Amino acid sequence: MKFQILKLKETVDFMKLRFPALVLSTILILGSIGSLAVNQLNWGLDFTGGTEIQVSYPSGANLEKVRQDLAGANFPDAIVQNFGSSQDVLIRIAIRDDLPKEKIGDFVVEALKAQDSSVQMESISFVGPSIGEELTEQGGLAMLVALICILIYVAMRFEYRFALGSVSALLHDVILTLGLFSVLQLEFDLTVLAALLAVIGYSLNDTIVVSDRIRENFRKVRKGTPIEIINISLTQTLNRTIVTSLTTILVLLALFFKGGALIHGFATALLFGVVIGTYSSVYIASSVALALGISKEDLMPPEVEKEGEDLEPL
Amino acid sequence: MLNQTPIWKYILVVFVMALCALYAMPNIYGEDPAVQISSGRNATVTEQLIPGIQSSLDSASIVYKGIEYNDERILVRLNDNDTQLKARELLDSQLGEEYFVAMNLAPDTPDWLKAINAAPMKLGLDLRGGVHFLMEVDMKSAIDKAFEDAIGDFRTQLREEKIYYRTVRQAGDNIEITFRAPEMLEKAQFYLRNNYRNMEFNERDDLTLRALFTETRLAEIRDYAVKQNITIIRNRVNQLGVAEPLVQKQGGERIVVQLPGIQDTAKAKEILNATATLEFRLIDQNGDVRDAVNGRVPARSQLLYDRNGQPVLLRNDIMLTGNHIIDANSSTDENGFPQVNISLDSKGGSKMSNATKDNIGKPMATVFIEFKATDERGPDGRLVFEKQEEVINVATIQARLGNSFRITGIDNPKEARDLSLLLRAGALIAPIQIVEERTVGPSLGAENIKQGMLAIQYGLAAVLLFMLVYYRAFGFVANIALLTNVIMIAGIMSMIPGATLTLPGMAGIVLTVGMAVDANVLIFERIREEIREGRSPQQAIHFGYDNAFSTILDANITTFIAGMILFAVGTGPIKGFSITLMIGIITSMFTAIIVTRVLVNLIWGGKRVKSLAI
Repeated sequence: MKFQILKLKETVDFMKLRFPALVLSTILILGSIGSLAVNQLNWGLDFTGGTEIQVSYPSGANLEKVRQDLAGANFPDAIVQNFGSSQDVLIRIAIRDDLPKEKIGDFVVEALKAQDSSVQMESISFVGPSIGEELTEQGGLAMLVALICILIYVAMRFEYRFALGSVSALLHDVILTLGLFSVLQLEFDLTVLAALLAVIGYSLNDTIVVSDRIRENFRKVRKGTPIEIINISLTQTLNRTIVTSLTTILVLLALFFKGGALIHGFATALLFGVVIGTYSSVYIASSVALALGISKEDLMPPEVEKEGEDLEPL
Repeated sequence: MLNQTPIWKYILVVFVMALCALYAMPNIYGEDPAVQISSGRNATVTEQLIPGIQSSLDSASIVYKGIEYNDERILVRLNDNDTQLKARELLDSQLGEEYFVAMNLAPDTPDWLKAINAAPMKLGLDLRGGVHFLMEVDMKSAIDKAFEDAIGDFRTQLREEKIYYRTVRQAGDNIEITFRAPEMLEKAQFYLRNNYRNMEFNERDDLTLRALFTETRLAEIRDYAVKQNITIIRNRVNQLGVAEPLVQKQGGERIVVQLPGIQDTAKAKEILNATATLEFRLIDQNGDVRDAVNGRVPARSQLLYDRNGQPVLLRNDIMLTGNHIIDANSSTDENGFPQVNISLDSKGGSKMSNATKDNIGKPMATVFIEFKATDERGPDGRLVFEKQEEVINVATIQARLGNSFRITGIDNPKEARDLSLLLRAGALIAPIQIVEERTVGPSLGAENIKQGMLAIQYGLAAVLLFMLVYYRAFGFVANIALLTNVIMIAGIMSMIPGATLTLPGMAGIVLTVGMAVDANVLIFERIREEIREGRSPQQAIHFGYDNAFSTILDANITTFIAGMILFAVGTGPIKGFSITLMIGIITSMFTAIIVTRVLVNLIWGGKRVKSLAI
């Protein structure tokens, strides 16, 4: 018995759908940008600054009571919510000028302990306003530098049209993932930023595999229009694309359900990113390269140099 | 015949796998709760302490697993957290302030593994529990203070040189000196240029001279402000009873303080914010020290002790306080004897000069005053700090002292270094502020580890099952590679001294597990294709591996780039994620390409194979 996800005898005409796909992606991108403009992102503590306190009530937490206690202790604006389980409570307090900033966490824990001595401090995070601004700046910069470095690498290894194609695919993935976080108002913290960079890595992985095959086929297949060759390549790599996405999604599901509340945002961003990344490597990267007029001549080896010849075969 | 593995490749694979497995081993052994005793300022821990510790633990009927001595530290291993707490309290009260007694988790690594320097992975604060502070030095006030000093200096110096000025004041980033006559400006400029090499002077107009610090001087001021704060924080952290504290400069003006395992963060903050100061006082030569020790301290005098416990009788008048000290460092004099050089600001210089002019030939004491936290709390809930005064040096005043002077007659270079360190700690420091705090309670840390491990186990199990069903015999080979990969990541993480495992780092391992099989999927799909194209099994394996190689390389290098960027800009936990991601990429390339090839060749290579189970 042998399993194969798809048994394809014929080449699938992926590119037939490239215009509908383009329309779909455009709509999704515009929607994401629109949501980012209107709803913005629900920035996490890492970026906004402020204090976040996680406490646990062994016998279950009464959020309303916690809110009242905190209001009584001069924290009427505290945001109180459950975190992971019914015993754990997350309290978020914005930066205030009337109290020593770095002591707010201790004050809150003290105030809650005074009302119910069974409460336990699990974590306190305080981020000063300057740190938040820096992180936002650094995060944006990281994303930009990553994209540029990848652009350069792919342009060097392949061709600038492929490079532009893969970077458009990456931008597409990043914007849509940000859009998802904006639409659902999920908290965007540092781990989500890390996940976004991992999405870039993953999606690129996919794109490279497809591009590699396209290049190979351009050199190998004597006849055929670019569209046909891209279709052949996508069909040949389809099984691999699906299998890898599947294994990655499997581990991400494990992370999502078993990894705990702290990792939730991370797993969500990656799950969504992997799906979108798989789609974009098929439709966006190749379509863009095609639209830029990729042709056989562009991919012929410049010299007699065979790909990977300088590397020892393993 | 195709698909034979050269012998060196077998050796390489076996060697790398054995090495990683060996260094991953310490992670299987758990950790013992332990109490760590380390040397204090005045006392060194030696093996001679051990019998005393043993007998006091025995008499309190505290059961311990073992006592070890190395690197001037004694480690008492215990069976559980309760006895650890008891043992710490007991030993802390018995050994007194001469030693630092801290709670620690000591890895239970067997000796033969220790002998090859194998140690378990370092856990980040989010897994271990503890406090992370990021503190920022207020550079503005450090630089303002430098301006103030320079202004004071200019006034006194110009007056002494009989160069008449109208005003000296700070104007933004400059000091402006105005004169009534251009000749005075000329003279002043000439004089100041020669005497203040670390400042730049230029004329704004005929009657105004502008002075500003050179970039090097500003950098020095900033650097000094940070270093001074680090010295002080290190001193204080020792009071907290933390076993492996980290105090480190980060960037230009920040300091990272990490205190693993500490729970009372409020206490930690108060201790870190406590102040130390310094006083120079004359010794009371008229009073009798022995009388004073017996309780008859003369009026207007005070009895203090030096670090060796010798009594010193001091006059109550303070000649100078530490906040006038700008710098103190140790060096050797022209004869090679150790000395400490002290620089004072201009006010301090004139105070010192006044105080010493009539006291040449008399002994002067340096008193270090520190506020140490007691374990009691006052009615307002704040920690009670106890003032501790200690004579750290007695020296004879040789001449009228000014802006800079030196203390000589110090026994050895180490003592000179310690003295200069204390002088700096007692000097006025640039204020410091906590800009970031991350506190994780120990139970949350344990919970995080549990959840991270669970995610890894479930993820791994799912992928292993999938690969086995989908690729059958080849899936089995890929699974061995995947397991090897996880062991290698653990081994390498344990080998790299700076690598820390964090919760996002564990997420990185999970992600790697999912993505590592990609290389094998690429190869196997390629082999299936080759078979479909009608190649023989041996050729299919050969070309499958060959053709997939450059694709795998490209795909992994680009992901690696993303990982490197994360490492460069990320902090703390994010760095942890990028480290595991990068290590995972390298190890997965090794296992998915080389390890599987060796196995495949071993199983199918060099034989007549009719069909492949792929």
